[in-house]
Amino acid sequence: MLSKGLKRKREEEEEEKEALAVDAWWLDPGHPAVAQAPPAVASSSLFDLSVLKLHHSLRQSEPDLRHLVLVVNTLRRIQASMVPAAALPPVPSPPEAPGVADSLLASSDAALSASMASLLEDLSHIEGLSQAPQPLADEGPLGRPTGGGPPSLGGLDLLGPATGCLLDDGLEGLFEDIDTSMYDSDLWAPAAESLKPGPVEGPGKEVAPELDEAELDYLMDMLVTTQALERPPGPGR
Amino acid sequence: MEEDIDTRKINNSFLRDHSYATEADIISTVEFNHTGELLATGDKGGRVVIFQREQESKNQVHRRGEYNVYSTFQSHEPEFDYLKSLEIEEKINKIRWLPQQNAAYFLLSTNDKTVKLWKVSERDKRPEGYNLKDEEGRLRDPSTITTLRVPVLRPMDLMVEATPRRVFANAHTYHINSISVNSDYETYMSADDLRINLWNFEITNQSFNIVDIKPANMEELTEVITAAEFHPHHCNTFVYSSSKGTIRLCDMRASALCDRHTKFFEEPEDPSNRSFFSEIISSISDVKFSHSGRYIMTRDYLTVKVWDLNMENRPIETYQVHDYLRSKLCSLYENDCIFDKFECVWNGSDSVIMTGSYNNFFRMFDRNTKRDVTLEASRENSKPRAILKPRKVCVGGKRRKDEISVDSLDFSKKILHTAWHPSENIIAVAATNNLYIFQDKVN
Repeated sequence: MLSKGLKRKREEEEEEKEALAVDAWWLDPGHPAVAQAPPAVASSSLFDLSVLKLHHSLRQSEPDLRHLVLVVNTLRRIQASMVPAAALPPVPSPPEAPGVADSLLASSDAALSASMASLLEDLSHIEGLSQAPQPLADEGPLGRPTGGGPPSLGGLDLLGPATGCLLDDGLEGLFEDIDTSMYDSDLWAPAAESLKPGPVEGPGKEVAPELDEAELDYLMDMLVTTQALERPPGPGR
Repeated sequence: MEEDIDTRKINNSFLRDHSYATEADIISTVEFNHTGELLATGDKGGRVVIFQREQESKNQVHRRGEYNVYSTFQSHEPEFDYLKSLEIEEKINKIRWLPQQNAAYFLLSTNDKTVKLWKVSERDKRPEGYNLKDEEGRLRDPSTITTLRVPVLRPMDLMVEATPRRVFANAHTYHINSISVNSDYETYMSADDLRINLWNFEITNQSFNIVDIKPANMEELTEVITAAEFHPHHCNTFVYSSSKGTIRLCDMRASALCDRHTKFFEEPEDPSNRSFFSEIISSISDVKFSHSGRYIMTRDYLTVKVWDLNMENRPIETYQVHDYLRSKLCSLYENDCIFDKFECVWNGSDSVIMTGSYNNFFRMFDRNTKRDVTLEASRENSKPRAILKPRKVCVGGKRRKDEISVDSLDFSKKILHTAWHPSENIIAVAATNNLYIFQDKVN
């Protein structure tokens, strides 16, 4: 940070110093690709930062619309410039990093557009609530609609599909007879009501109470938050 | 209207008169009234504090019209929107004075959702000798009253009371960023991120929507309204600025809904300065008409621009506020400073403009001489009645003594709100929770 006397982790220090230089900093200076790298190519850390800002902004109970719009527009710009970067030769960095970058680039385009579009669409729900006196379904914080399909979950694809983590041992038996391929795609929407508890496996096995929608939403939110915090570093770090 | 050429030097001549440490809360808006006799501040806690200038006395010439607290009142309280489960902040976003038409003063204050009209009036007499009440105010038994008397007004200690006269609520879905009183003194407008509404002072249950930029599909939203202001003389004209660095001038006579502008001001982007942050730094945080009504001034993150109303394709003047931050935009994006909204003000003769920066610095630009100065609002660096010393930021190379390097700037100390007396060289500068008032030293 640029405030006086504030100590900061070395990792952040490096990022800031490098952020002030040309945008191709994420490439090893000795790498031949540096000479060819166009200066406008975005670092994926800037992309990550913007996504984080976007999520943080949306988690506010009432997002600052100006901040949100500016971050979204910046994200679109970065995303647009990242597409040609997929053609660059692989960089000498930790093995998992290129995988992350690739999956980002692969999934980012359509998913990002879909997620941002849907997230902005959700803002209109705020207006609908304030103007219309008719009772609406529990809205919850922005970005998690409980009606109208799963528009916002395209955004979750960016952070990796939510597979399996929500099901602890106690619940697995519950849905044993249900086709679990449902969980591999983004169906944590009202369609989740189709996940009714199945028959108990054995007489001694306790049937866990049915998870209701609110709890699923809550768990999803926790997962998104955790994943956002634990994102692996981009290439070159 | 011809403009007076202000030949007074703007540096070296401002001395610090008083520092009013309001301490309690962060100041969120500062505004002189039309005569400069009163100065109002609003803070994050929803309070309004009004200062009044003392009458100058011949006995104490050196104490030229100091400002002292005149009235304090709680304008807005925190509210809770039960339908949306949202807390509505009580922070005062803007205060605007109405021109004085009788003994009382009127001002508009607004938070994110509700505008209020406050009447501030003095009471220095009190009636005494009621028939039905005794001296302590208790009701008397009517059967004990044998004579009738006329109450008389007796002087009392001056009391300043503020009463809310109108509450203009429930007209904004998004956060109000601006209010502006029309020159007809009958109407005013309030602007939020996507809409602008026109109000009549007498009518609180109805407002007219005059600008609406909300797209049919919110996913197409790419731009928001950032500031709006009425023309100082033409009651049909107003401007509003956007997050994309554009200004639209609208004429209310053209149509009821002013979604189509009469004029569109935008400067083409400089390709050599293009970056991922181009749009963010072009977002206009404040727009102000000159007193003459011929020009508008806009503030974006790094510059202040002056536009001639008759030339839409580029500004006539551009002033660099803190260009040394251009190479730090990534860090400023990371710590969110790049989203800070600085205001800008004209002096009374439209010859000097002023705006704030970081490290408690604020900048003044003389439009005629093209000279500029950086000053600092801080108690450590100035003593009462001392002349403010110009500051300088060192951008690279060898740092001279008294210069400050860019990396030493304190970005938590930002001057977002300033005000200039309508006719004299007196300025008010809000530095977080402190208010500084500076006067020109003229013997």
